[in-house]
Amino acid sequence: MIEIKDIRKEFNGRVVLDGISGKFEPGNTSLIIGGSGTGKSVLLKCIVGLIKPESGQVLYNGRDFWSGDADTKRDIRREMGVLFQGGALFDSKTVLENVKFPLDMLTDQSEEEKTERAEFCLKRVGLDNAAKRMPSEISGGMKKRVGIARAIVMNPKYLFCDEPNSGLDPLTSVKIDELIQEITDEYQITTIVITHDMNSVLGIGEDIKFLHKGVKLWEGTNENILDTTVPELEEFLYSSQLIRRMKQSKK
Amino acid sequence: MNLLTRLGRYFIFISLLFTRREKVSVYVKQILEEAVAIGIDSIFIVSIVSTFIGAVTCVQTAYNLVSPFIPDYVISLIVRDMTLLELAPTITCIVLAGKVGSNIASGLGTMRISEQIDALEVMGLNSASYLVLPKIIAAVLVFPMLITMAGFLSIWGGYVAGTLTGAITPEDYIYGIRADFIPFNVPFALIKTVVFAFLITSISAFRGYYTEGGALEVGRASTTAVTNSCIAVLVADYLLAQLLL
Repeated sequence: MIEIKDIRKEFNGRVVLDGISGKFEPGNTSLIIGGSGTGKSVLLKCIVGLIKPESGQVLYNGRDFWSGDADTKRDIRREMGVLFQGGALFDSKTVLENVKFPLDMLTDQSEEEKTERAEFCLKRVGLDNAAKRMPSEISGGMKKRVGIARAIVMNPKYLFCDEPNSGLDPLTSVKIDELIQEITDEYQITTIVITHDMNSVLGIGEDIKFLHKGVKLWEGTNENILDTTVPELEEFLYSSQLIRRMKQSKK
Repeated sequence: MNLLTRLGRYFIFISLLFTRREKVSVYVKQILEEAVAIGIDSIFIVSIVSTFIGAVTCVQTAYNLVSPFIPDYVISLIVRDMTLLELAPTITCIVLAGKVGSNIASGLGTMRISEQIDALEVMGLNSASYLVLPKIIAAVLVFPMLITMAGFLSIWGGYVAGTLTGAITPEDYIYGIRADFIPFNVPFALIKTVVFAFLITSISAFRGYYTEGGALEVGRASTTAVTNSCIAVLVADYLLAQLLL
Protein backbone atom coordinates (compact mmCIF):
# COMPACT_ATOMS: atom_id res chain seq x y z
CA MET A 1 0.00 0.00 0.00
CA ILE A 2 1.08 3.56 -0.68
CA GLU A 3 0.05 6.35 1.62
CA ILE A 4 0.78 10.01 1.00
CA LYS A 5 0.45 12.50 3.84
CA ASP A 6 0.12 16.24 3.49
CA ILE A 7 2.31 16.61 0.39
CA ARG A 8 3.20 20.21 -0.31
CA LYS A 9 5.29 21.43 -3.21
CA GLU A 10 6.03 24.85 -4.59
CA PHE A 11 8.14 26.20 -7.42
CA ASN A 12 9.61 29.69 -7.02
CA GLY A 13 7.01 30.58 -4.41
CA ARG A 14 4.08 29.27 -6.49
CA VAL A 15 2.23 26.51 -4.64
CA VAL A 16 1.68 23.53 -6.95
CA LEU A 17 0.58 20.94 -4.39
CA ASP A 18 -1.08 21.98 -1.17
CA GLY A 19 -1.50 19.32 1.50
CA ILE A 20 -2.39 16.30 -0.62
CA SER A 21 -3.13 13.12 1.35
CA GLY A 22 -4.52 9.76 0.33
CA LYS A 23 -4.16 6.00 0.30
CA PHE A 24 -3.62 3.68 -2.65
CA GLU A 25 -4.54 0.05 -2.03
CA PRO A 26 -2.92 -3.02 -3.61
CA GLY A 27 -4.94 -4.68 -6.36
CA ASN A 28 -6.63 -1.36 -7.14
CA THR A 29 -6.13 0.89 -10.13
CA SER A 30 -6.14 4.34 -8.53
CA LEU A 31 -6.59 7.35 -10.76
CA ILE A 32 -5.40 10.88 -10.11
CA ILE A 33 -7.41 13.13 -12.38
CA GLY A 34 -7.66 16.83 -13.04
CA GLY A 35 -7.16 19.42 -15.74
CA SER A 36 -3.82 20.43 -17.22
CA GLY A 37 -1.55 22.26 -14.78
CA THR A 38 -3.31 21.06 -11.65
CA GLY A 39 -0.23 19.30 -10.30
CA LYS A 40 -0.98 15.65 -11.21
CA SER A 41 2.38 14.92 -12.78
CA VAL A 42 4.22 16.81 -10.04
CA LEU A 43 2.39 14.70 -7.45
CA LEU A 44 3.38 11.52 -9.30
CA LYS A 45 7.00 12.70 -9.43
CA CYS A 46 6.89 13.39 -5.68
CA ILE A 47 5.54 9.87 -5.11
CA VAL A 48 8.12 8.08 -7.30
CA GLY A 49 10.97 10.14 -5.88
CA LEU A 50 11.88 12.38 -8.79
CA ILE A 51 10.82 15.65 -7.14
CA LYS A 52 11.30 16.25 -3.43
CA PRO A 53 8.25 17.85 -1.78
CA GLU A 54 8.71 20.76 0.63
CA SER A 55 6.87 18.77 3.28
CA GLY A 56 4.83 15.61 3.69
CA GLN A 57 5.43 11.87 3.61
CA VAL A 58 5.25 9.19 0.97
CA LEU A 59 4.92 5.82 2.69
CA TYR A 60 5.49 2.55 0.88
CA ASN A 61 4.11 -0.14 3.20
CA GLY A 62 5.03 2.14 6.09
CA ARG A 63 8.53 3.06 4.81
CA ASP A 64 8.88 6.79 4.26
CA PHE A 65 10.65 7.38 0.97
CA TRP A 66 11.84 10.93 1.56
CA SER A 67 13.17 10.49 5.09
CA GLY A 68 14.76 7.14 4.23
CA ASP A 69 18.48 6.68 3.64
CA ALA A 70 20.00 5.90 0.24
CA ASP A 71 19.56 2.14 0.72
CA THR A 72 15.86 2.50 1.63
CA LYS A 73 15.28 4.71 -1.40
CA ARG A 74 17.08 2.26 -3.66
CA ASP A 75 15.11 -0.70 -2.25
CA ILE A 76 11.78 1.10 -2.72
CA ARG A 77 12.73 2.19 -6.25
CA ARG A 78 13.50 -1.39 -7.18
CA GLU A 79 9.93 -2.30 -6.26
CA MET A 80 8.54 0.31 -8.67
CA GLY A 81 7.64 0.19 -12.31
CA VAL A 82 6.96 3.47 -14.08
CA LEU A 83 5.34 4.09 -17.44
CA PHE A 84 6.26 7.57 -18.60
CA GLN A 85 4.08 9.76 -20.78
CA GLY A 86 6.12 9.23 -23.94
CA GLY A 87 7.26 5.74 -23.03
CA ALA A 88 10.82 7.00 -22.26
CA LEU A 89 12.33 4.14 -24.23
CA PHE A 90 16.07 4.23 -24.82
CA ASP A 91 16.51 5.19 -28.49
CA SER A 92 19.74 3.27 -28.99
CA LYS A 93 18.33 -0.05 -27.78
CA THR A 94 15.91 -2.47 -29.43
CA VAL A 95 12.50 -3.15 -27.91
CA LEU A 96 13.79 -6.36 -26.30
CA GLU A 97 16.90 -4.61 -24.95
CA ASN A 98 14.72 -1.87 -23.50
CA VAL A 99 12.60 -4.39 -21.62
CA LYS A 100 15.67 -6.38 -20.55
CA PHE A 101 17.52 -3.26 -19.38
CA PRO A 102 16.38 -3.28 -15.70
CA LEU A 103 17.35 -6.95 -15.47
CA ASP A 104 20.79 -6.20 -16.97
CA MET A 105 21.39 -3.42 -14.51
CA LEU A 106 19.82 -4.75 -11.34
CA THR A 107 20.08 -8.54 -11.36
CA ASP A 108 22.73 -11.21 -11.73
CA GLN A 109 20.56 -13.49 -13.86
CA SER A 110 22.05 -15.31 -16.83
CA GLU A 111 21.53 -13.92 -20.33
CA GLU A 112 19.03 -16.72 -21.12
CA GLU A 113 16.98 -16.03 -17.99
CA LYS A 114 16.88 -12.31 -18.70
CA THR A 115 15.90 -12.80 -22.34
CA GLU A 116 13.24 -15.33 -21.36
CA ARG A 117 11.74 -12.95 -18.80
CA ALA A 118 11.82 -9.97 -21.19
CA GLU A 119 10.20 -12.03 -23.96
CA PHE A 120 7.52 -13.16 -21.51
CA CYS A 121 6.71 -9.55 -20.60
CA LEU A 122 6.61 -8.52 -24.25
CA LYS A 123 4.24 -11.40 -24.95
CA ARG A 124 2.12 -10.29 -21.99
CA VAL A 125 1.62 -6.89 -23.60
CA GLY A 126 1.08 -8.44 -27.02
CA LEU A 127 4.34 -7.35 -28.61
CA ASP A 128 6.31 -10.58 -28.93
CA ASN A 129 6.78 -9.94 -32.65
CA ALA A 130 8.34 -6.50 -32.18
CA ALA A 131 11.31 -7.57 -30.05
CA LYS A 132 14.00 -6.70 -32.59
CA ARG A 133 12.56 -3.38 -33.71
CA MET A 134 13.93 -0.03 -32.63
CA PRO A 135 11.71 2.45 -30.69
CA SER A 136 11.72 4.77 -33.73
CA GLU A 137 10.13 1.99 -35.80
CA ILE A 138 7.07 1.42 -33.61
CA SER A 139 3.86 3.40 -33.06
CA GLY A 140 2.94 5.50 -30.01
CA GLY A 141 0.62 2.79 -28.68
CA MET A 142 3.32 0.16 -29.08
CA LYS A 143 5.78 2.40 -27.25
CA LYS A 144 3.37 2.56 -24.31
CA ARG A 145 3.08 -1.23 -24.33
CA VAL A 146 6.87 -1.60 -24.36
CA GLY A 147 6.97 0.91 -21.50
CA ILE A 148 4.51 -1.26 -19.56
CA ALA A 149 6.53 -4.40 -20.34
CA ARG A 150 9.67 -2.67 -19.03
CA ALA A 151 7.79 -1.45 -15.97
CA ILE A 152 6.65 -4.97 -15.01
CA VAL A 153 9.79 -6.89 -15.93
CA MET A 154 11.15 -6.71 -12.37
CA ASN A 155 7.85 -7.89 -10.85
CA PRO A 156 7.12 -4.54 -9.21
CA LYS A 157 4.87 -4.05 -6.20
CA TYR A 158 3.93 -0.57 -7.39
CA LEU A 159 3.07 0.52 -10.92
CA PHE A 160 2.86 4.19 -11.91
CA CYS A 161 1.52 5.39 -15.24
CA ASP A 162 1.77 9.02 -16.30
CA GLU A 163 -1.00 9.77 -18.80
CA PRO A 164 -0.84 6.39 -20.51
CA ASN A 165 -3.47 7.42 -23.07
CA SER A 166 -2.05 10.73 -24.21
CA GLY A 167 -1.67 10.89 -27.95
CA LEU A 168 -3.48 7.61 -28.57
CA ASP A 169 -6.68 6.92 -30.48
CA PRO A 170 -9.75 5.89 -28.38
CA LEU A 171 -9.50 2.20 -29.26
CA THR A 172 -5.80 1.94 -28.38
CA SER A 173 -6.47 3.96 -25.21
CA VAL A 174 -9.06 1.44 -24.07
CA LYS A 175 -6.67 -1.44 -24.79
CA ILE A 176 -3.90 0.22 -22.76
CA ASP A 177 -6.34 0.85 -19.88
CA GLU A 178 -7.49 -2.76 -19.96
CA LEU A 179 -3.91 -3.97 -20.00
CA ILE A 180 -3.04 -1.84 -16.96
CA GLN A 181 -6.07 -3.12 -15.07
CA GLU A 182 -5.40 -6.75 -16.01
CA ILE A 183 -1.79 -6.48 -14.82
CA THR A 184 -2.92 -4.83 -11.57
CA ASP A 185 -5.42 -7.62 -10.90
CA GLU A 186 -3.08 -10.39 -12.00
CA TYR A 187 -0.12 -9.38 -9.82
CA GLN A 188 -2.13 -7.61 -7.08
CA ILE A 189 0.08 -4.54 -7.36
CA THR A 190 -0.67 -0.99 -6.29
CA THR A 191 -1.25 1.01 -9.45
CA ILE A 192 -1.51 4.77 -9.75
CA VAL A 193 -2.55 6.28 -13.07
CA ILE A 194 -2.41 9.98 -13.88
CA THR A 195 -4.98 10.87 -16.50
CA HIS A 196 -7.47 13.41 -17.75
CA ASP A 197 -9.04 10.92 -20.12
CA MET A 198 -12.74 10.46 -19.25
CA ASN A 199 -12.86 7.00 -20.85
CA SER A 200 -10.21 5.87 -18.38
CA VAL A 201 -12.04 7.52 -15.51
CA LEU A 202 -15.24 5.66 -16.26
CA GLY A 203 -13.53 2.48 -17.43
CA ILE A 204 -10.89 1.64 -14.81
CA GLY A 205 -11.45 4.21 -12.04
CA GLU A 206 -11.85 1.95 -9.03
CA ASP A 207 -10.44 4.70 -6.85
CA ILE A 208 -10.34 8.28 -8.12
CA LYS A 209 -8.77 11.38 -6.64
CA PHE A 210 -9.58 14.73 -8.27
CA LEU A 211 -7.02 17.54 -8.07
CA HIS A 212 -7.78 21.17 -8.75
CA LYS A 213 -5.17 23.92 -8.41
CA GLY A 214 -2.94 21.66 -6.31
CA VAL A 215 -5.66 20.67 -3.87
CA LYS A 216 -7.52 17.35 -3.64
CA LEU A 217 -11.18 18.32 -3.96
CA TRP A 218 -12.88 14.96 -4.35
CA GLU A 219 -12.28 11.25 -3.84
CA GLY A 220 -14.50 8.36 -4.93
CA THR A 221 -15.06 5.74 -7.63
CA ASN A 222 -16.30 5.64 -11.20
CA GLU A 223 -19.64 4.47 -9.77
CA ASN A 224 -20.37 7.74 -8.01
CA ILE A 225 -18.28 10.32 -9.88
CA LEU A 226 -21.20 11.41 -12.08
CA ASP A 227 -23.21 12.24 -8.97
CA THR A 228 -20.69 14.73 -7.72
CA THR A 229 -21.76 18.13 -6.50
CA VAL A 230 -18.27 19.63 -6.47
CA PRO A 231 -18.50 22.45 -9.04
CA GLU A 232 -14.86 22.15 -10.21
CA LEU A 233 -15.26 18.41 -10.79
CA GLU A 234 -18.59 18.93 -12.55
CA GLU A 235 -16.96 21.47 -14.81
CA PHE A 236 -14.11 19.03 -15.51
CA LEU A 237 -16.44 16.10 -16.17
CA TYR A 238 -19.03 17.86 -18.28
CA SER A 239 -16.54 19.59 -20.53
CA SER A 240 -16.82 16.32 -22.44
CA GLN A 241 -19.83 16.13 -24.79
CA LEU A 242 -20.05 12.38 -24.24
CA ILE A 243 -20.33 12.67 -20.46
CA ARG A 244 -22.86 15.52 -20.80
CA ARG A 245 -25.07 13.28 -22.93
CA MET A 246 -24.61 10.39 -20.49
CA LYS A 247 -25.76 12.63 -17.65
CA GLN A 248 -28.77 13.81 -19.63
CA SER A 249 -29.78 10.26 -20.57
CA LYS A 250 -29.36 9.21 -16.91
CA LYS A 251 -31.84 11.91 -15.91
CA MET B 1 22.03 31.51 -12.22
CA ASN B 2 25.34 33.24 -11.48
CA LEU B 3 28.77 31.89 -12.34
CA LEU B 4 29.61 30.72 -8.82
CA THR B 5 26.33 28.84 -8.41
CA ARG B 6 26.85 27.18 -11.79
CA LEU B 7 30.41 26.28 -10.88
CA GLY B 8 29.18 24.78 -7.59
CA ARG B 9 26.56 22.72 -9.44
CA TYR B 10 29.25 21.53 -11.86
CA PHE B 11 31.46 20.26 -9.03
CA ILE B 12 28.48 18.56 -7.35
CA PHE B 13 27.71 16.94 -10.71
CA ILE B 14 31.31 15.69 -11.00
CA SER B 15 31.14 14.23 -7.47
CA LEU B 16 27.86 12.50 -8.42
CA LEU B 17 29.70 10.57 -11.13
CA PHE B 18 31.87 8.80 -8.62
CA THR B 19 29.32 8.02 -5.90
CA ARG B 20 26.94 5.01 -6.03
CA ARG B 21 28.56 3.63 -9.17
CA GLU B 22 27.03 0.69 -11.02
CA LYS B 23 28.61 -2.72 -11.76
CA VAL B 24 32.04 -2.50 -13.44
CA SER B 25 30.90 -4.80 -16.27
CA VAL B 26 28.25 -2.22 -17.22
CA TYR B 27 30.89 0.48 -17.60
CA VAL B 28 33.28 -1.66 -19.67
CA LYS B 29 30.69 -2.17 -22.42
CA GLN B 30 29.65 1.49 -22.27
CA ILE B 31 33.24 2.74 -22.42
CA LEU B 32 33.95 0.64 -25.52
CA GLU B 33 30.81 1.95 -27.23
CA GLU B 34 31.68 5.55 -26.32
CA ALA B 35 35.29 5.10 -27.44
CA VAL B 36 34.00 4.11 -30.88
CA ALA B 37 31.53 7.01 -30.97
CA ILE B 38 34.08 9.57 -29.78
CA GLY B 39 37.24 8.16 -31.36
CA ILE B 40 36.54 6.30 -34.58
CA ASP B 41 33.85 8.73 -35.66
CA SER B 42 36.21 11.68 -35.17
CA ILE B 43 39.16 10.32 -37.16
CA PHE B 44 38.02 11.87 -40.44
CA ILE B 45 37.53 15.43 -39.17
CA VAL B 46 40.72 15.32 -37.06
CA SER B 47 42.72 14.07 -40.07
CA ILE B 48 41.44 16.79 -42.37
CA VAL B 49 41.92 19.61 -39.87
CA SER B 50 45.39 18.59 -38.70
CA THR B 51 46.78 17.91 -42.20
CA PHE B 52 45.67 21.29 -43.49
CA ILE B 53 46.78 23.15 -40.38
CA GLY B 54 50.25 21.65 -40.76
CA ALA B 55 50.29 22.54 -44.46
CA VAL B 56 49.14 26.11 -43.86
CA THR B 57 51.62 26.60 -40.99
CA CYS B 58 54.47 25.48 -43.22
CA VAL B 59 53.50 27.68 -46.17
CA GLN B 60 52.85 30.77 -44.03
CA THR B 61 56.05 30.35 -42.03
CA ALA B 62 58.01 30.07 -45.27
CA TYR B 63 56.25 33.20 -46.56
CA ASN B 64 57.26 35.18 -43.48
CA LEU B 65 60.84 33.93 -43.19
CA VAL B 66 62.33 35.94 -46.00
CA SER B 67 65.69 36.69 -44.40
CA PRO B 68 68.66 34.96 -46.08
CA PHE B 69 70.27 34.66 -42.63
CA ILE B 70 67.62 32.23 -41.43
CA PRO B 71 68.14 28.67 -42.68
CA ASP B 72 65.20 26.90 -44.37
CA TYR B 73 65.10 24.07 -41.83
CA VAL B 74 63.72 26.57 -39.29
CA ILE B 75 60.41 26.33 -41.18
CA SER B 76 59.90 22.67 -40.27
CA LEU B 77 61.27 23.27 -36.77
CA ILE B 78 58.54 25.85 -36.28
CA VAL B 79 55.92 23.51 -37.77
CA ARG B 80 57.03 20.76 -35.37
CA ASP B 81 57.05 22.90 -32.24
CA MET B 82 53.78 24.63 -33.07
CA THR B 83 52.20 21.28 -33.80
CA LEU B 84 53.37 19.68 -30.58
CA LEU B 85 52.80 22.63 -28.29
CA GLU B 86 49.59 24.08 -29.64
CA LEU B 87 48.12 22.99 -32.94
CA ALA B 88 47.71 19.26 -32.30
CA PRO B 89 46.44 19.33 -28.71
CA THR B 90 44.62 22.65 -28.51
CA ILE B 91 43.21 23.26 -31.97
CA THR B 92 42.22 19.61 -32.40
CA CYS B 93 40.53 19.64 -28.99
CA ILE B 94 38.61 22.77 -29.93
CA VAL B 95 37.44 20.98 -33.06
CA LEU B 96 36.51 17.99 -30.89
CA ALA B 97 34.68 20.28 -28.48
CA GLY B 98 32.45 21.21 -31.40
CA LYS B 99 31.90 17.68 -32.60
CA VAL B 100 31.98 15.55 -29.45
CA GLY B 101 30.80 18.24 -27.01
CA SER B 102 27.69 19.15 -28.99
CA ASN B 103 26.93 15.47 -29.52
CA ILE B 104 27.15 14.71 -25.79
CA ALA B 105 25.09 17.75 -24.75
CA SER B 106 22.34 17.22 -27.31
CA GLY B 107 22.22 13.46 -26.63
CA LEU B 108 21.84 13.92 -22.87
CA GLY B 109 19.50 16.88 -23.32
CA THR B 110 17.21 14.80 -25.50
CA MET B 111 17.32 11.99 -22.95
CA ARG B 112 16.36 14.49 -20.25
CA ILE B 113 13.38 16.03 -22.04
CA SER B 114 12.10 12.63 -23.22
CA GLU B 115 12.21 11.38 -19.59
CA GLN B 116 14.81 8.69 -20.33
CA ILE B 117 16.99 10.02 -17.50
CA ASP B 118 13.96 9.96 -15.16
CA ALA B 119 13.40 6.33 -16.22
CA LEU B 120 16.94 5.49 -15.11
CA GLU B 121 16.48 7.33 -11.81
CA VAL B 122 13.26 5.55 -10.89
CA MET B 123 15.01 2.23 -11.51
CA GLY B 124 17.31 3.22 -8.65
CA LEU B 125 20.32 3.79 -10.92
CA ASN B 126 22.77 6.65 -10.68
CA SER B 127 21.89 8.08 -14.09
CA ALA B 128 24.71 10.65 -14.09
CA SER B 129 27.33 8.04 -13.39
CA TYR B 130 25.84 5.50 -15.81
CA LEU B 131 25.55 7.97 -18.68
CA VAL B 132 28.45 10.34 -18.17
CA LEU B 133 31.34 8.47 -16.54
CA PRO B 134 31.87 6.14 -19.55
CA LYS B 135 31.96 9.17 -21.86
CA ILE B 136 34.64 10.86 -19.75
CA ILE B 137 36.76 7.71 -19.43
CA ALA B 138 36.44 6.97 -23.14
CA ALA B 139 37.42 10.53 -24.06
CA VAL B 140 40.40 10.54 -21.69
CA LEU B 141 41.60 7.31 -23.34
CA VAL B 142 40.82 8.16 -26.96
CA PHE B 143 41.67 11.88 -27.23
CA PRO B 144 45.44 11.31 -26.73
CA MET B 145 45.34 8.76 -29.57
CA LEU B 146 43.58 11.25 -31.83
CA ILE B 147 46.00 14.01 -30.88
CA THR B 148 49.01 11.75 -31.55
CA MET B 149 47.57 11.03 -34.99
CA ALA B 150 46.87 14.73 -35.48
CA GLY B 151 50.50 15.57 -34.63
CA PHE B 152 51.85 13.13 -37.20
CA LEU B 153 49.43 14.30 -39.89
CA SER B 154 50.13 17.97 -39.21
CA ILE B 155 53.86 17.49 -39.64
CA TRP B 156 53.23 15.34 -42.74
CA GLY B 157 50.87 18.02 -44.11
CA GLY B 158 53.64 20.58 -43.63
CA TYR B 159 56.09 18.30 -45.45
CA VAL B 160 53.77 17.78 -48.42
CA ALA B 161 52.84 21.46 -48.73
CA GLY B 162 56.41 22.69 -48.17
CA THR B 163 58.04 20.36 -50.67
CA LEU B 164 55.31 20.63 -53.32
CA THR B 165 55.43 24.45 -53.30
CA GLY B 166 59.22 24.48 -53.24
CA ALA B 167 59.28 26.40 -49.95
CA ILE B 168 61.66 23.86 -48.41
CA THR B 169 63.56 20.81 -49.65
CA PRO B 170 62.69 17.39 -48.21
CA GLU B 171 66.18 17.14 -46.67
CA ASP B 172 65.86 20.51 -44.91
CA TYR B 173 62.39 19.61 -43.68
CA ILE B 174 63.56 16.31 -42.16
CA TYR B 175 66.60 18.05 -40.65
CA GLY B 176 64.41 20.77 -39.11
CA ILE B 177 62.03 18.22 -37.64
CA ARG B 178 64.94 16.60 -35.78
CA ALA B 179 66.83 19.76 -34.82
CA ASP B 180 66.78 21.02 -31.20
CA PHE B 181 64.02 18.62 -30.28
CA ILE B 182 62.76 18.92 -26.67
CA PRO B 183 61.37 15.47 -25.69
CA PHE B 184 59.20 16.94 -22.90
CA ASN B 185 56.97 18.61 -25.52
CA VAL B 186 55.41 15.22 -26.30
CA PRO B 187 54.25 14.33 -22.76
CA PHE B 188 53.26 17.98 -22.31
CA ALA B 189 50.94 17.72 -25.33
CA LEU B 190 49.46 14.48 -24.00
CA ILE B 191 48.93 15.90 -20.48
CA LYS B 192 47.12 18.87 -22.01
CA THR B 193 44.99 16.53 -24.10
CA VAL B 194 43.90 14.48 -21.09
CA VAL B 195 42.88 17.65 -19.22
CA PHE B 196 41.03 18.98 -22.28
CA ALA B 197 39.26 15.65 -22.79
CA PHE B 198 37.99 15.74 -19.21
CA LEU B 199 36.87 19.36 -19.49
CA ILE B 200 35.10 18.95 -22.84
CA THR B 201 33.17 15.82 -21.90
CA SER B 202 32.29 16.84 -18.35
CA ILE B 203 31.19 20.38 -19.24
CA SER B 204 29.15 19.19 -22.23
CA ALA B 205 27.58 16.41 -20.16
CA PHE B 206 26.77 18.88 -17.37
CA ARG B 207 25.04 21.19 -19.84
CA GLY B 208 23.08 18.37 -21.45
CA TYR B 209 22.19 16.56 -18.22
CA TYR B 210 20.51 19.59 -16.68
CA THR B 211 18.58 20.66 -19.79
CA GLU B 212 15.06 21.84 -19.00
CA GLY B 213 12.29 22.47 -21.50
CA GLY B 214 12.06 21.24 -25.06
CA ALA B 215 13.88 21.01 -28.38
CA LEU B 216 14.86 24.70 -28.30
CA GLU B 217 16.59 24.26 -24.94
CA VAL B 218 18.41 21.16 -26.21
CA GLY B 219 19.81 23.28 -29.04
CA ARG B 220 20.78 25.99 -26.56
CA ALA B 221 22.44 23.47 -24.24
CA SER B 222 24.42 22.13 -27.16
CA THR B 223 25.64 25.59 -28.20
CA THR B 224 26.47 26.58 -24.62
CA ALA B 225 28.31 23.30 -24.11
CA VAL B 226 30.59 24.02 -27.07
CA THR B 227 31.17 27.65 -26.05
CA ASN B 228 31.92 26.78 -22.42
CA SER B 229 34.15 23.87 -23.40
CA CYS B 230 36.19 26.05 -25.78
CA ILE B 231 36.67 28.72 -23.11
CA ALA B 232 37.64 26.10 -20.53
CA VAL B 233 40.13 24.53 -22.96
CA LEU B 234 41.79 27.90 -23.67
CA VAL B 235 41.98 28.85 -19.98
CA ALA B 236 43.38 25.42 -19.09
CA ASP B 237 45.84 25.73 -21.99
CA TYR B 238 47.25 28.93 -20.54
CA LEU B 239 47.39 27.57 -16.98
CA LEU B 240 49.11 24.35 -18.05
CA ALA B 241 51.65 26.26 -20.10
CA GLN B 242 52.42 28.41 -17.06
CA LEU B 243 52.64 25.41 -14.78
CA LEU B 244 54.52 22.90 -16.89
CA LEU B 245 56.81 24.84 -19.23
